[in-house]
Amino acid sequence: MPTLSEADSKSLLARHGVPLLDERVVSDPAAAVAAAREIGFPVVAKLCGAAIAHKTERGLVRLHLGDDAAVHAAAGDLLARATVDDGAVGVLVAPMVSGSRELIAGLLTDPQFGPCVMLGVGGVLAEAIADVVFRLAPLTEADADSMIAELRTQALLGPFRGEPAVDRAGLRAVLLGLSQLAIANAGVRSVDLNPLVVSALDGRPIAVDALVELAA
Amino acid sequence: MSFEALFDPRGVVVAGASSHPGKFGFVALHNILACGYQGAVAASNREGEVVLGVSTVRDLDELDEGVYDLVFVCTPAAANEDVLRACARKGIRAAFVTSAGYGEAGEAGVDAERKLTALADELGMLLAGPNGQGVISTPSKLCAQIVAPYPPGGRIGIASQSGNFVSSFMNLAAQTGVGVSRAVSAGNAAATTVADYLEWYAQDPHTSVSLAYLEGVRDGRELFERLRAVTAIKPLVVLKGGTTSGGQRAAASHTGSLASDDRIFDGMCRQAGITRAFDVEEAFEAAATFATQPLPRGPRTVVVTTAGGWGVVTADAITASELELLALPDDLRDAIDEHLPPRWSRNNPIDLAGGETRDTIPEVLRLVAEHPEVDAIVYLGLGIQSNQARLMRAGPFFADHGLDRIVAYHERQDARFAQAAAEISVATGKPILTATELATADPDNAGPATVRASGRLCYPSAHRAVRALEHLWRDARHRGADGARRERGSGGADRLDRASDG
Repeated sequence: MPTLSEADSKSLLARHGVPLLDERVVSDPAAAVAAAREIGFPVVAKLCGAAIAHKTERGLVRLHLGDDAAVHAAAGDLLARATVDDGAVGVLVAPMVSGSRELIAGLLTDPQFGPCVMLGVGGVLAEAIADVVFRLAPLTEADADSMIAELRTQALLGPFRGEPAVDRAGLRAVLLGLSQLAIANAGVRSVDLNPLVVSALDGRPIAVDALVELAA
Repeated sequence: MSFEALFDPRGVVVAGASSHPGKFGFVALHNILACGYQGAVAASNREGEVVLGVSTVRDLDELDEGVYDLVFVCTPAAANEDVLRACARKGIRAAFVTSAGYGEAGEAGVDAERKLTALADELGMLLAGPNGQGVISTPSKLCAQIVAPYPPGGRIGIASQSGNFVSSFMNLAAQTGVGVSRAVSAGNAAATTVADYLEWYAQDPHTSVSLAYLEGVRDGRELFERLRAVTAIKPLVVLKGGTTSGGQRAAASHTGSLASDDRIFDGMCRQAGITRAFDVEEAFEAAATFATQPLPRGPRTVVVTTAGGWGVVTADAITASELELLALPDDLRDAIDEHLPPRWSRNNPIDLAGGETRDTIPEVLRLVAEHPEVDAIVYLGLGIQSNQARLMRAGPFFADHGLDRIVAYHERQDARFAQAAAEISVATGKPILTATELATADPDNAGPATVRASGRLCYPSAHRAVRALEHLWRDARHRGADGARRERGSGGADRLDRASDG
């Protein structure tokens, strides 16, 4: 199945109302530094392209870049790691989000029920916890709210280890945005927002990675 | 399609009636004749024998025209084309085909089923089945099925992909006294599916809640849209088979159904306002509760109990549910203080702690139900006195020690309490669920017996009452959100004012 690059995935999602951070795709280290200054430090830098799916495994994600020099070096190194198979690539510069809680949200196409919006608890234990809820797109606000309320691990959604409660309005906006995308664009086969990090700063759920898969 | 011809036929013909009491063709005719059906009954039989006093015809062409609406088909699959054509000529508009040898029977069967469906279509006949157990309709006293039981009349409409679940639900109806309006086994559902029956039940004035068993889903999206429209009119309880990999393998061999992720089905149910149950008792009790109790306006629940331990366990069940264990309002506590000695619990659960006198229970139930912050009541402890009465009545001292008066008093009291719970519920429009294991341990106890006589379900445990009440609250909440959405969108009416069928 064809996929969109992280940047294209995010821009498609943003057009349908999924709240995302201020991110830039640049093509050289100097532009990466300029982007980081506009966004504000610290930032993350990732190599980004339509054919790149497993960034972490390939070492194509650089976190906690705190100043010009770190950004410049990281961008240069990432671009040098691109292979011929990766095709057109750029460096995605984004604000560094930190938070100890991770959620997953997404869209999938069920053979019987069609497009479904998914929300679950993320992180390394996600599969073992298996706390996932679904609704059929399109979602109403009430559907989105009931998905959030239905997660078993509700304690994770309240104030947690010194971090604020999850911003439920923000989470609802993510789910409604996914629903809107499914309805507006039948060519989308699945969307994976993994992880959706709950910001330690304000509890907003932020998609730090996004992958849109298109129907073949 | 003429569902009226299926559920309220003017007359019924059994095609393939048999004189052998072990054959379906005998049992079907027996059940139709034995359960009080008032319409005309005819039957066909190859030999033209008299079966159960009915002079059968050899040839369906001998039947009078315009007298019968339904044919109950017990003939072998190969004969059924002729049967349906002959019946159509006599003005028959619905066929329940119990014959096997169709979609469940390999490639040739699938082909035969396709032809049967096309034929029914051509004849403009409603086709139920094939390979189904039958149809029940208590408003017409119709028991056209090849199995028992015939349930008491009531407000629950049943449709099932598995005929034996129809029997299970109806056995529970017979046990509890909460009855059934219509019931049908969809069989292979060649032409008429469970969703078709549910849509008809939604419009049926004799049905106030539907209860369905589903195994396979052919077009999930379509099912979702249709069932959402059904629940907008009436509550719908669904029991779904094949929720685990083991169950899915069983379903694939039973109805040939392929499964989606059960969590998607579950989400679909929430979204469509379907009440999903996970076993047969939970499903029946949810439906029975919808059929007999008003919907709660909120989650705030109060437990009234004559014993502390039951109250504690029930408080746990409520707290673990989506219901709310209401902190007793001060004015309600003060009001109850007037009726009880100070040792009562003075909180929720309201544990009367043996402080009650003759009229305390009805008085407390009324005070609680009338309080504006209370949405629902679970009442525990019914039948204790009658249980003692039973022991006295059966014991060696009953005859000579003047125990008859106290025994009668105990039984009268429990009957009063059960009656009061029902009356106060109707008067306040709030659900009051009565739970005691005596409902099944000693159904003749005056307490549960009077609950049954009031038309309501006596729950066999507080947990099951809480579960049923939670289902009602979810439905009411969904209905409220849905109503509010409709009002914003199109000025539609709020449907929270659904009357109790009590």
